[in-house]
Amino acid sequence: MTRDDRKSAVPLLQVRNLAKQYGRRIGCRDVSFDLYPGEVMGIVGESGSGKSTLLNAMAGHHAPDRGEVVFDTRADGPRDTLKMSEPERRMLSRTDWAFVHQHAREGLRMSVSAGGNIGERLMAVGGRHYGDIRAQAADWLGRVEISESRIDDRPSAFSGGMQQRLQIARNLVTGPRLVFMDEPTGGLDVSVQARLLDLLRGLVREMGLSAIIVTHDLAVVRLLADRLMVMKDGDVVESGLTDQVLDDPQHAYTQLLVSSVLQV
Amino acid sequence: MIELENVSKSFSLHNQGGAVIPVMERVNLKVAAGECVGLVGASGAGKSTLMRLIYGNYLAASGRILVGDLDVARAAPRQIITLRRETLGYVSQFLRVVPRVPALDVVAEPLLAVGTDQDRAREKAASLLAELNIPERLWSLSPTTFSGGEQQRVNIARGFAYDYPALLLDEPTASLDAQNRATVLRLIEGAKARGAAIIGIFHDEAARNQVCDSFIDVSAFAPQVAA
Repeated sequence: MTRDDRKSAVPLLQVRNLAKQYGRRIGCRDVSFDLYPGEVMGIVGESGSGKSTLLNAMAGHHAPDRGEVVFDTRADGPRDTLKMSEPERRMLSRTDWAFVHQHAREGLRMSVSAGGNIGERLMAVGGRHYGDIRAQAADWLGRVEISESRIDDRPSAFSGGMQQRLQIARNLVTGPRLVFMDEPTGGLDVSVQARLLDLLRGLVREMGLSAIIVTHDLAVVRLLADRLMVMKDGDVVESGLTDQVLDDPQHAYTQLLVSSVLQV
Repeated sequence: MIELENVSKSFSLHNQGGAVIPVMERVNLKVAAGECVGLVGASGAGKSTLMRLIYGNYLAASGRILVGDLDVARAAPRQIITLRRETLGYVSQFLRVVPRVPALDVVAEPLLAVGTDQDRAREKAASLLAELNIPERLWSLSPTTFSGGEQQRVNIARGFAYDYPALLLDEPTASLDAQNRATVLRLIEGAKARGAAIIGIFHDEAARNQVCDSFIDVSAFAPQVAA
């Protein structure tokens, strides 16, 4: 199965004029874009530029003031997720959607074993056979390079990098089609980051995932994202092919951002 | 296969007093299938810039850049992504890879991207690495730790793994010894023979004369107006 097989003329996600304000302050303003199956889009900008607000609004974590987030559902084709009922949206976020938080603790149950963390998502979509669930959990621990012998340990006994990989396993076990990621490599050592990036890239390719990755790390988007959106003060100031935006930035802010990166 | 019409390029530096630096004007060129065109001109004349424009890495200010039937100057990102996967290969001067990925997989990647099965992709990658004299004990290691010359050869192997109908080669023979240089020239000739349209930059004059059918002096595209 390659990315081509899933490629079609219908965007997986269509975001239209999405806007969110906090009182008089602007979170994000009139953001529109299409994301096609198999595409990975990066959103970069400094803290407070609105990138996390946008991500959370798309993922349904908080309601935007206006706009549409149309997702190509398996059953009924394109539907505006903001108009879905709460149970429908929750079902979506357990099956076709996944959300990887910056801090693994927010995405994991710290008092439940590693295996239980992965198994919970399977049970949420109807998995009942204990043996099958445990076998899948073990398989996924292997895929994110956590030893199977840790399956009964709680994530609180894991290192930061392991917690992050466990969070990814928990999210991907149900075979989602769209993954939202908020600074997935933030706060990790560079060596751990490289491993995680490699892992994510492999999974994106194998599973034909689409992903939206918010980060302030330009090196991360260069490696992971096909396309890039640059945000400043709630507006998208530039978007395009990742390497084109980074190598030939057009907007003043993007030029500043790119030229501010320290060379190693 | 590749056709440029009246292409121009300038850079606007917003953070340096809004300076606008025109770098190229009225670029016209045409490369047919099975043909190799060499870009010549002094260092800084814009040879690499022209290549990056064709690859969609730089945005053209005006004109048309046709690769196959896609106008790169106006294409949407996902059209360019497809073009790069299926039609247009680019061997740059520097290898950029994800840390930790073994050399063999780096080379096999373009094949996997078009749906070749793992075994066949790896087989082709292995034969290219062997042909380019990368010792087999290095194949399972990440090329980030390789010497400059080895990285360059991994980069070339990657560029030739899949049979792109069009290829951009930026100094493919730089920093290679005589034997590897001959291998690269043979790969280029093989690509021409199967009908690839190639644009190359070669500082090595003998190499240039061996594989190129014609030359284009990029200095002719320098903007006329003195700044």
